[in-house]
Amino acid sequence: MISLMINGERRKVDASPDMPLLWVLRDQLGLNFTRYGCGQGLCGACTILLDGEPVRACMTPVGELAGRRITTIHGLEGGVAKLVKAAWVELDVPQCGYCQAGQVLAATVLLRKNPKPSDADIDDALDGHLCRCGTYRRIRAAIHLAASRLGGAP
Amino acid sequence: MSRFDATALGRRDFLKVCGAAGLTLAAGSTAAAEPGEFVANAFVSIAADGQVTVTVKHLEMGQGVATGLPVLVAEELEVDPAAIQIAYAPADAKRYNNLFWGPSQGTGGSTATANSWEQLRKAGAGAREMLVEAAARRLKVDRAGLVALNGEVVHGASGRRIAYGDLVGDAAKLTPPDNPPLKAPADFRLIGRAGVKRSDSKAKTEGTAVYGGDIRLPGLVTALVARPPVFGAKLKDFDRRPALALAGVVAVVPISSGVAVVGTDFWSAHRGREALKVDWTTPANPPSTETIRRDWTALLDKPGLVARAQGEAEAALGRGSKRLSAVYETPYLAHAPMEPLNCVVKLSRDKCEIWTGCQFQTHDQAMAAKAAGLRPDQVDIHTLVAGGSFGRRANPASDYIVEGVEIAKAVGAPVRLMWTREDDIRGGYYRPMFLHGFEAALDAGGMPSAWRHRICGQSILDGGPFAAMIKDGIDFVSVEGAANLPYAIANLQVELHSPKLSVPVLWWRSVGSSHTAFATECFLDELAHAGGKDPLALRRALLADHPRHLAVLELAAAKSGWGEPLPPGKGRGLAVHESFNSFVAQVAEVTIGPKGEIKVDRVVCAVDCGIAVTPDVVKAQMEGGIAFGLSAALFGEITLKDGAAEQSNFHDYRCLRMSEMPKVEVHIMPSAAAPTGVGEPGVPPIAPAVCNAIFAATGKRVRKLPIGEKI
Repeated sequence: MISLMINGERRKVDASPDMPLLWVLRDQLGLNFTRYGCGQGLCGACTILLDGEPVRACMTPVGELAGRRITTIHGLEGGVAKLVKAAWVELDVPQCGYCQAGQVLAATVLLRKNPKPSDADIDDALDGHLCRCGTYRRIRAAIHLAASRLGGAP
Repeated sequence: MSRFDATALGRRDFLKVCGAAGLTLAAGSTAAAEPGEFVANAFVSIAADGQVTVTVKHLEMGQGVATGLPVLVAEELEVDPAAIQIAYAPADAKRYNNLFWGPSQGTGGSTATANSWEQLRKAGAGAREMLVEAAARRLKVDRAGLVALNGEVVHGASGRRIAYGDLVGDAAKLTPPDNPPLKAPADFRLIGRAGVKRSDSKAKTEGTAVYGGDIRLPGLVTALVARPPVFGAKLKDFDRRPALALAGVVAVVPISSGVAVVGTDFWSAHRGREALKVDWTTPANPPSTETIRRDWTALLDKPGLVARAQGEAEAALGRGSKRLSAVYETPYLAHAPMEPLNCVVKLSRDKCEIWTGCQFQTHDQAMAAKAAGLRPDQVDIHTLVAGGSFGRRANPASDYIVEGVEIAKAVGAPVRLMWTREDDIRGGYYRPMFLHGFEAALDAGGMPSAWRHRICGQSILDGGPFAAMIKDGIDFVSVEGAANLPYAIANLQVELHSPKLSVPVLWWRSVGSSHTAFATECFLDELAHAGGKDPLALRRALLADHPRHLAVLELAAAKSGWGEPLPPGKGRGLAVHESFNSFVAQVAEVTIGPKGEIKVDRVVCAVDCGIAVTPDVVKAQMEGGIAFGLSAALFGEITLKDGAAEQSNFHDYRCLRMSEMPKVEVHIMPSAAAPTGVGEPGVPPIAPAVCNAIFAATGKRVRKLPIGEKI
């Protein structure tokens, strides 16, 4: 059994250590909010936070995660996250929606570290997150909108 | 009333969320009325608490039908669209058919809003009239003195008001009117107005929207399919033992498309599929991109079937004062929606239930029935939202649905079929590769006097259930956007070659226009430069009889600053195209770096789609269409080597990234015409606009897509 800390809850899973976290979350724990897009760390749809840093769950073997703090979109909390999600809804960012949880997680981490990101900062932080619907302009606008409401407080 | 998210699970839905551990299904149906409910018609019902439910018959795949269609109802029903609950329609060709498709339910061809335009306003108006009538009887007043307003019927003279919820019992007893009066456009308070929000933003931002791969059933197993590595190959033999030896692999079964490996979860099935040993047949003459190009280039020298002829193109080609010829090429393209294909199938002796982002309900229902050995009416399809599709889920072969049913039948358990990204990129059903051969002549004044366009590529309709739509050998989807070229050229001929290959092909967002717009709008640009004309001025002169083309062209040109000087290394290009009865013009501005690096800085887009029901959704679709088209124009390419796709995932099937997304400005033409397509028409003009801009900046003509990172 592997003991995981997911969204502040202790969860025990019976999984082979090489099983990617993505499939532990989805198929063993029923945490569907983390999505499969490519399985190779190329698209960002499966992004989760590991000790607060974005990682690709599809490439993260679960055996390495004992004692680490795992956060999915479902457990993404705090003032910055709230502002990011509100900006996303206000600007109607999503289309098909499949990539958006990953985008929101990446944007939240960006703003936690850098409350006034430039366009180049946003590109750096989110370029690994593909959106086939092409919501990039709205993602960028939503990050700036959330930043404008942060008042400089991370 | 609380806002309801279209994608989350509704009161009338059949799913119950069971804590954070995921979803388990409960019995139930979307069809039955609840006690005390007023089911006004197939689309509108109102509960005793006033909750309005609108049934959406189309697939929400990002294009916004779960926002726009309820707005049509809300406009006439006089309710707040944000308070509407959405239910996705069951498969039912009688009640929920696409009115443009005859007796078939499905989403495609950018028809969702257009075919629903009158139907849903009537549905809202009909419910409203019944509520008003019920109130008139209750209050014993003339109904002329009553108005419906924000979920209530109000008696103006006395100020008395009755909430819709308090009228449902009485309204349910009335006969629905056949032709309820519809509002005049001047009275619209929602349609065409800014401020209507998407119904699904919250669920999709928070990740709670439910897609096909999220469905869990008791005893559910997960299946992946090993499919032939080469198009046209068939299963010869396989050894299931190495797969079955692995933990979590529960079955290995042959199906019509290959060999299914079934596991307790995705990872087990995936490992099982890797371990599986399969022998495939070797088809004769497997196609390679190089050989296709060579063969089809030769075909372009031969006359094809005539898709359009006016004047005498051949003779006029010889009479011009200047002659031009060019060959344009577009590659095979995968749809690559973010959500790879999947479906969940539960089969019993007399019933088949399917959960998926279904785009072709009636057709998929029939194909599933055939695979299951049942009647179509024994197949229930629960349509979920889709994580994109771009045409992939509207497949005449119902490929992934049939796979799911065949596996469920073989293993005797509910099955979740998953495609990996590699399956998606290598799996065919591509936008076909096309070659376009042009010959044209200019007269002494530099105006085009002859235009011959030979198109060569696989037919999408050929060999499938829609083959009857091929007329005199011409598959109209191969030539759309070319055979209806709007330019006034006296001698014009469009011809088609439709060679057959083993590569499965399919419509891809904007279908024929995805390649014909590129070829025709770039070649016209060549004619403009050869004739010493400004590309805008030439189009203007040739579009005098096409006011809607002309209007979007003028609007995009004006907003873009067309004609204003740009610094060296930058260029502007334009394109205009009609598709799905909408008209879109785009002006692209590019910067070429010192090493030829291409950066698309800005795109100005003008669209005439009739009445824009939800203008912000129209803008989003133009933004998204531009991103999708640009992705393909710059990077998109499936190449074949000995019958197999050479690409497999996003590292070699490159898609547009955040840093590559240009600034996009969308201008919507005011219109009183009925709504036309929106989901697709933003795509076709971007590739030619960018290529024409590259020419303006560099003098280099791009005649083959993708452009690549550098010029």
